Amino acid sequence: MDFQVIIENLPLYFKGLQTTVVLVFASLAVGLCLAIPIALLATSKRKWLSAPPKAYIYFFRGTPLLVQMFMIYHGMGQFEVVRESFLWAVFQEAWACALVAFALNTAGYTGEILRGTIEQTPYGEVEAAKSVGMSKPLIYRRIILPSTFRRALPAYGNEVIFMLHGSSLAGLITIVDLFGAAKIVNARNFVPFESFITAGLFYLIITFLIVWGFKRAEHRWHAYLRPRES
Amino acid sequence: MSEVIAYFPLIMKGMLLTVEVAVLSLLIAILLGMIGALAKLSKSRIAKSIAGTYTTVIRGIPDLVLMTLIFFGGQILVNDIGEKLGWDYIDVNPFIAGVLTIGFIFGAYFAESFRGGILAVSRGEIEAGYAFGMKPQQVFFRITLPAMVRHALPGFGNNWLVMVKTTALVSVIGLQDMVYNAGLAGGSTRKPFTFYCVVAFLFLVITGVSDVGLRWLDKRYSVGVRKA
Repeated sequence: MDFQVIIENLPLYFKGLQTTVVLVFASLAVGLCLAIPIALLATSKRKWLSAPPKAYIYFFRGTPLLVQMFMIYHGMGQFEVVRESFLWAVFQEAWACALVAFALNTAGYTGEILRGTIEQTPYGEVEAAKSVGMSKPLIYRRIILPSTFRRALPAYGNEVIFMLHGSSLAGLITIVDLFGAAKIVNARNFVPFESFITAGLFYLIITFLIVWGFKRAEHRWHAYLRPRES
Repeated sequence: MSEVIAYFPLIMKGMLLTVEVAVLSLLIAILLGMIGALAKLSKSRIAKSIAGTYTTVIRGIPDLVLMTLIFFGGQILVNDIGEKLGWDYIDVNPFIAGVLTIGFIFGAYFAESFRGGILAVSRGEIEAGYAFGMKPQQVFFRITLPAMVRHALPGFGNNWLVMVKTTALVSVIGLQDMVYNAGLAGGSTRKPFTFYCVVAFLFLVITGVSDVGLRWLDKRYSVGVRKA
């Protein structure tokens, strides 16, 4: 093991770290914004409203992220409509393709998490809100959604970690994220153990930070579930 | 459409490889998962900490990083050992590397669901086994194992579905699975989107068939359970 090479290349790893963090954060933000309407529509009682978001969820959860990313990165150029519009400039950028793929993917997973939690809202809470005369939007805003976000927290924590790990696929399409940095270091110096173990350690540390962060958040938002401290 | 028909045999060949990789890694993952779960539940502190490190580290690192690490690193490791023993240069077979890696990764996930399953088996049943004078192995194979399946099945099903999707990564280390072949077909026909769509659909077919199988297993192993 020769970690001298790694120390020399640490700036590259930190650049990769930055890309990974930005990419994951942006995908999660866009994905969450998409997931809320998807989940709301999917829980609708009207079949024609709930069917399209359910199909969306089924597709994005049932197929590999790698295939979804390739569909966008390699596939978009197939369509003349895309090539002739402003979109072509976007889809020629690898990082934009990765961002779109990751955001759509996490929207599917997060949508399913939120759909499940919305459906499990204790009916008494909704009934109580109705009986004090709240309108439907108000019930969603004040009762259902806040309670859903609280209860979805542990599952969403797993999804964030899943997205972090999935983001390593970006390294396959020329983006220099943590995995991309490791690939470059390995290609230049032929040190597969050192280069990939370093990337792995970075990912491990971020994973621990996410787990710790969600524990703190659960501590705060699930305070009402904790036994009273004497 | 005619291109899809022309390249369909190639894609199907890839699908067969995908299924092969998935099933073989499943066998390894079940074995490692069972060992991991038993180690986590054992009284030995060393076994517990080894299993704990295994599940935490593997689940904290992306599959892709582990896969490239084991494939490229394994290549060097095997040849370093080979050099000392006087072997010729060995090319690590990507199929074996892929199967071992995916099995090794998912062993960690299976260990967690098996551990939960074993813990859910009621203490009384196990004690009854000992009361009949069964040996620990007999209790495990005749009582704990059949009874835990029902509890471990939902976690097992989820892990299997994630694993099928993870096999797509073997295309990265040069294995000609259906994603790799779709890339070839898409490149030569200039219709990559179409072929990746076909592959996505085939993945949905695999997961759909697995769903039916898992439901059948669930029914079979819940025979003795009353439902409301």
